[in-house]
Amino acid sequence: MPEQLLWGMEVFMNGLMAGVLYALVALGFVLIFKASGIFNFSQGVMALFAALTLVGIMEGRVPFSHLINAVFGTSVHHFGWNVPAFAAILLTMVVMVALAWMVNRFIFRHLVGQEPIILFMATIGLAYFLEGFGDIMWGSDIKKLDVGLPQGINGFIDEITFNLLGYGFFIDNLDLWATFIAVLLVIALVMFAQYSKHGRAMRAVADDHQAALSVGINLNFIWVMVWSLAGFVALVAGIMWGTKSGVQFSLSLIALKALPVLMLGGFTSIPGAIVGGLIIGVGEKLFEFIVGPMVGGATENWFAYVLALIFLVFRPQGLFGEKIIERV
Amino acid sequence: MSVMDQETYVTADGRTIGGVLMEMRNISLRFGGVKAITDISFDIREGEIRAIIGPNGAGKSSMLNVISGFYIPQEGEVWYKGAVRPQMRPFEVARQGIARTFQNIALFEGMSVLDNVMTGRLNHMTMGLLSQAIWKGKAEQEEIENREVAEKIIDFLEIQHIRKTPVSRLPYGLKKRVELARALAAQPSLLLLDEPMAGMNVEEKEDMSRFILDVNDEFGTTIALIEHDMGVVMDLSDRVVVMDYGKKIGDGSPDEVRNNQAVIDAYLGVAHD
Repeated sequence: MPEQLLWGMEVFMNGLMAGVLYALVALGFVLIFKASGIFNFSQGVMALFAALTLVGIMEGRVPFSHLINAVFGTSVHHFGWNVPAFAAILLTMVVMVALAWMVNRFIFRHLVGQEPIILFMATIGLAYFLEGFGDIMWGSDIKKLDVGLPQGINGFIDEITFNLLGYGFFIDNLDLWATFIAVLLVIALVMFAQYSKHGRAMRAVADDHQAALSVGINLNFIWVMVWSLAGFVALVAGIMWGTKSGVQFSLSLIALKALPVLMLGGFTSIPGAIVGGLIIGVGEKLFEFIVGPMVGGATENWFAYVLALIFLVFRPQGLFGEKIIERV
Repeated sequence: MSVMDQETYVTADGRTIGGVLMEMRNISLRFGGVKAITDISFDIREGEIRAIIGPNGAGKSSMLNVISGFYIPQEGEVWYKGAVRPQMRPFEVARQGIARTFQNIALFEGMSVLDNVMTGRLNHMTMGLLSQAIWKGKAEQEEIENREVAEKIIDFLEIQHIRKTPVSRLPYGLKKRVELARALAAQPSLLLLDEPMAGMNVEEKEDMSRFILDVNDEFGTTIALIEHDMGVVMDLSDRVVVMDYGKKIGDGSPDEVRNNQAVIDAYLGVAHD
């Protein structure tokens, strides 16, 4: 087999894996959008905040240590203990649920019935707040996150492909795990939304508030639940991205990559977020591989957005979104 | 003393009417300076079909919204099942067994008819998030049981053929019927219907009247309904409250109300001298 084709296949595989990570962020967007009609701009920052909190808890950092030290002239930084990864993940989830409760209690409960654009603006505000809050709470240094997920080249795939094709594929173990976890997460979410009592209530709330009230659904509970779910997805995404490239504030920028993913997949479809993520992931890697050398590279920065633009023109509801029908 | 003053009585068509299920005592409701309801009292008895009628803007819908907890009156007490109801939010009222429909149809448009009806069963499903995940078998059992109730009601209202259809594709008359099905699925103690026949043609009105009577007869559901079409209401209901400009101007059997001078004036207009 020609070497070019083999390389192409490897790029394709790596694109798939990268796409899974995009999809994870996009999933959080879809969840909140489906259940509350809010386009949550802060989803990326939530992933960052979750990762920051996780690292902070694991390393036993003192929250707000810089602030405390500046005000009281002390010098506390660490509690001096380490929390095991699993316990730290659970604790972080508790923090995310508390955050969900506060977001609903202090922001969105007061904006019920407002225009979507106003809700959207509120999430932008939330994004900036959360970014600053995360900074004050845990500091802005780049942190290493290691929850015990294996990293580095997967020897098994390398060996098999080398024996079969004479060329060993480089597939990162972390990417494989991310894919596995994402698949589990998506199955769980779809099952939840379609078949559980609370999932049905969630869909009902998204559809009509009044009607939901009349069948006895507690709107506030459902909203807190949905934001908690989004927080959970953010935590998973934060762990994956954080392990891959360190927990740093540029993490919140991956939220921007989720936008073209959503435009491709449709804002209301969970499978759409996955497929959209994969297409963007594979598309940008292959484009860089094939077209990149001809135009001087760095196509990964813009490819996703151009693709999204093309979709906006020809299929605005995305691949899987609900079709927009105007009744006349 | 008429037959209606007794503790329980049997109607001409053989239905048993029981004691007081819900009582409104001196309810007043204002929006800013606008008085929507002024000092109204009436009761709803178990098993009866109770109508609230009146011309447009009489405060009928406001009254229904007070009963279902969507509006909170400034004055007065709501008695339900023999006790004063504390102030509660609409979803808590619903959980007490009061189901309702809306004048402008509030269905979950993106969901299928069956899913809509199943939302009516939500309060009968006891298993929470975690227990559903842990005891999968039990959760499935619960889903099946509730599904059976929903299917029974779907059959009863003759909407089997559209079970899987998304509600947004249905014509108006059918949507009204689906909304009734969803309310019924909750197996409510009290069913509130807000203008169930608004915007319907004669045939659809007849169908709806038949369903309301059948529901009351078959399930023994207590029904309170609002209408401004006098003719329909008089045939359906056991007792009628008449409202005008937020005040109660008549209360009694359809015959009594029909011959009430204040009611005739309100509906036909009266010459002001």
